[in-house]
Amino acid sequence: MTDTVENKQTAPEPIIGPSPEGTELWEREPYDAEDYGEVADYRTDFDHAWPGYNPNAPEVWKELRESGCPVAHTDRYGGMWAPITHDTVHEVAYDTDNFTSRSVVVSTLRPGELSLPAPIGVAPPISSDPPFHGVARRLLLPPFAPKKIAPWEPEVHALCQRLLDQMGDIEPGETVVDAALQYAQHIPVNIIGRMLGFPEEDEDLFREFVHNTLERINQDPRERQVDDEKRLDLYIERQVQDHIENPRDDLTSYLLEAEIDGNKLQPEHVTGSIILLLIAGIDTTWSAIGSSLWHLAQNPDDLDRLVNEPELMDFAIEEFLRAYAPVTMARLVAKDNDFHGCPMKKDDWVLLPFPAANRDPKQFEDSDKFVIDREENRHAAFGLGIHRCLGSNLARLELRVAVQEFIARFPKFELAGDTRWSVGQIRGPRELPVRILETA
Amino acid sequence: MRVHLDAEKCQGHNRCYALAPELFDVDDYGQAVLIGDGDVPDGLEDKARLAASNCPEYAISITD
Ligand code: SF4
Repeated sequence: MTDTVENKQTAPEPIIGPSPEGTELWEREPYDAEDYGEVADYRTDFDHAWPGYNPNAPEVWKELRESGCPVAHTDRYGGMWAPITHDTVHEVAYDTDNFTSRSVVVSTLRPGELSLPAPIGVAPPISSDPPFHGVARRLLLPPFAPKKIAPWEPEVHALCQRLLDQMGDIEPGETVVDAALQYAQHIPVNIIGRMLGFPEEDEDLFREFVHNTLERINQDPRERQVDDEKRLDLYIERQVQDHIENPRDDLTSYLLEAEIDGNKLQPEHVTGSIILLLIAGIDTTWSAIGSSLWHLAQNPDDLDRLVNEPELMDFAIEEFLRAYAPVTMARLVAKDNDFHGCPMKKDDWVLLPFPAANRDPKQFEDSDKFVIDREENRHAAFGLGIHRCLGSNLARLELRVAVQEFIARFPKFELAGDTRWSVGQIRGPRELPVRILETA
Repeated sequence: MRVHLDAEKCQGHNRCYALAPELFDVDDYGQAVLIGDGDVPDGLEDKARLAASNCPEYAISITD
């Protein structure tokens, strides 16, 4: 006992306060993921990037709620809080004074002043706070408004059909396809790449960018070395240059021509927004499609109803989004505050697990049950408050069409082996072998 | 029945527009706007209730 106390007293003082001046990335406390290992108790050692978390997340949330723990904590990542009830998630999402969006992906390092030309942030508007946030967001809203997204519907149908065709000859009862690798993962990447005006053959590269950003969070970013031709920043620089020389009707040219108060956007704003659009829509929608098919593969009654009662589709999509919301966001504590008895310190991480909020029985009746025609469904899959997912209309379209096309082609299918889940803040199947039982 | 929209609370989730396009439209920024003055025509009461109970931001309310 005495030993522990003494050890604590001699431990290095954590840096509390603004990041050391002139740093690009800084570490509050020396962190080594290896030191931590398996999570024994999620209440005191919550880790969303522990490989056991995503496959069992609904059970983890349930246990936390039932043990009366609305806000979990861990020393990992230099200190992180994880509110898991709808009320607490809602409160953090709305409180932009106490919680900053400077960084929305938990990592071992925090962005410092240099990497972060405030108030823009590295990927505006997701990494921006008010008031700049509103300006940057307003700029990006029009191209993602429902009436601008709807015309893409035939394109998404054609793409899904092409991917299904590429699966080749299907022998019902025999053929196993990977619904994540052969299907879901290709859909969002193709569409956003085309919206940005990037070459279709670069899709594999985009997925690698996303993986580096979202899944390798336990590695020091300075060690996540990648070859030059696989560096996202250099790639985007080339695409931007190409669009400067050959402007066309796409999102990249839109950003290059956009103005705030009569001024063109700063180059880092354009690049940051492109990074955001590329990263944000890919893993997330891929996960939502995969989780929905994962559910249908195990619930033949729901699959049957969806095949035979297409009018249920819109409700089913919202229920997929509620029950299997893929996206957990994060904030940094902006100033010391007491949050429901939790002593939050400036620069602590705060996780925003919208998927957990969506399973809160205080907010949803039968919250752990999938109710295909759930009538009241105020789910938070796309977030709450000012950072509502900009791409939600596109994501919904892709998810709906992907499910429609898959079940139209394969009205019966089942799981055929182990599902491999993602690691980190985006939750969804990365490998999803299903056996086709019937073809249309 | 009357339907009310709090533009301050609306974050453009577009649930209302999807569920009750007879009552809600969206502007160029994807923000909801009421069609008409908020009086719910006969027969659309259920749709109004549905829209209200699916808005994640509680931006829609209904009065008799
Ligand atoms: S559902 Fe609510 S937040 Fe969404 S557009 Fe309608 S009023 Fe706005």
